[in-house]
Amino acid sequence: MKILVAVKRVIDYNVQIRVKEDNSGVVTDNVKMSTNPPDDNAIEEAVKIKETGKATEVVAVSIGEEKAQETVRKALAVGADRGILVKTEGVVEPLSVSKLLQKIVEKEKPDLVFMGKQAIDDDCNQTGQMLSALLNWPQATFASKIEIKDGKLEVTREIDEGLETIEINVPAIVTCDLRLNEPRYASLPNIMKAKKKPIEQLNASDLGVDISPRIEQIKVEEPPKRKAGIKVSSVSELVQKLKNEAKVI
Amino acid sequence: MSVLLIAEHNNKELRPFTLNAANAASQIDNDVHAVIIGHKCEEAAKALSKLEFVKKVIQVEAAYYENFVAENFAPVIVKLADNYSHIISSANTFGKNLMPRIAAALDTSQISDITKVIAPDTFLRPIYAGNAFATVKSKDTKKCVTIRPTSFDACESTGGSASIEKAEASEEFSKTKFVKREEVKSDRPELGTARVVVSGGRGMQSGDNFKLITSLADKLNAAIGASRAAVDAGYISNDHQVGQTGKVVVPDLYIAVGISGAIQHLAGMKESKVIVAINKDGEAPIFSVADYGLEADLFEAVPQFLEELNKLNTIQK
Repeated sequence: MKILVAVKRVIDYNVQIRVKEDNSGVVTDNVKMSTNPPDDNAIEEAVKIKETGKATEVVAVSIGEEKAQETVRKALAVGADRGILVKTEGVVEPLSVSKLLQKIVEKEKPDLVFMGKQAIDDDCNQTGQMLSALLNWPQATFASKIEIKDGKLEVTREIDEGLETIEINVPAIVTCDLRLNEPRYASLPNIMKAKKKPIEQLNASDLGVDISPRIEQIKVEEPPKRKAGIKVSSVSELVQKLKNEAKVI
Repeated sequence: MSVLLIAEHNNKELRPFTLNAANAASQIDNDVHAVIIGHKCEEAAKALSKLEFVKKVIQVEAAYYENFVAENFAPVIVKLADNYSHIISSANTFGKNLMPRIAAALDTSQISDITKVIAPDTFLRPIYAGNAFATVKSKDTKKCVTIRPTSFDACESTGGSASIEKAEASEEFSKTKFVKREEVKSDRPELGTARVVVSGGRGMQSGDNFKLITSLADKLNAAIGASRAAVDAGYISNDHQVGQTGKVVVPDLYIAVGISGAIQHLAGMKESKVIVAINKDGEAPIFSVADYGLEADLFEAVPQFLEELNKLNTIQK
């Protein structure tokens, strides 16, 4: 079985987001970038499946600017066998990303495609579902447990009301929740080894997909600031304020 | 052109966020039609026809619609889409799972999780877990939009008298099978929708000490939250995590106990109506978003908090 894992380079989750002064977007220059957190879970799961002998190859793919190569390289350092980078510039909407991934899937013919359930930059939560629609494959979104049984997957999904279990035929798309596993750290020897693993580079234009944006971003603003609060001197004062001033208890 | 709302239900009743989505849909166009896909879902269809704003209900029935499988639901909506300018659902796990499948089939770039309708083609939506807000305009002729339920009031569940029409089912998608659903049966409200949330952080020092959080939450009928630091330290399971990589919560009252207020935690709770912070470090960033800050040792303050609450005659539930 072959697993393709899609990874995205995003602003690190610990970075304080700053909005550009001209409201054209958020500041990304000289900002620490990392792999989108649930994409780390996706890579981890694929590598774990390979370690149990149920997968033969794990391929990491990223779509983004030249520097997204680092994100692919990190996936290689935790156990992916080879990488693919589809180079793009500017904003690529989830619909376009899923069309590019469709081309990669047609070429690579994986049995499974894993990715994070959502990217923490645009928070769209669309790509996995869109890719599965384009391929007419089953989708298991927000996966917190994956079991492989006779060529099928039994997937436990995190839903608002609790958990849901579905069984899907392969080939399929799985989008991963943070609860799926505990991503490992890359060891130094593995980081060194990853430098020798191949990364194929393509340009989005080579794939014959129209990726021009359909959504115009008019402006990006800071969230409304909270009014400054007060410090209370005792618990009884706190409870009185909550009861009589804020009226929330 | 009319707007098509996708109803979420359990065949007997509507799920509450359908009412918030109906309100959002009505802000785009007042001719709101609602589609309900299910099995023996007459009751829910009737409830849908009575909603304020809903002008027409389309009911689609098949045995394989008993459970929600996006692969089965999406083709039904795609078939109906010709007559509509917008397709709307809530941005909970139901809508998140379903809408992109519809949007891709319609070759539309979806707009997720809007918090405001600015114009029928222009919306406000949070990005970077609410650390920034983007105003976006769709250039697609057909728009697929999911709405953040907590940003739109629920519409009235009475007052409507929509007609109920039947539409044909689509073919079954045989490669995905529903197995089971385990709904969390807890006396405690769900973290994402609770009126009050009490959260503990690294300051709790151990999983055992989370008992303090539990007692406070019991007293206030609150959901229990946690910072990523508390989850990473193993004090509590990660389904309690509030923050950019956990749940985003917007309760009336959020009580942060022993939480320093890392950026990624603030992203998940700073839209709460009233925020209380209890922390012994007066410089902790959590105080910058707190309406009421108490600089104190939580191991003294939380028991006192419980005592003070016990003195009150009534506590809102």
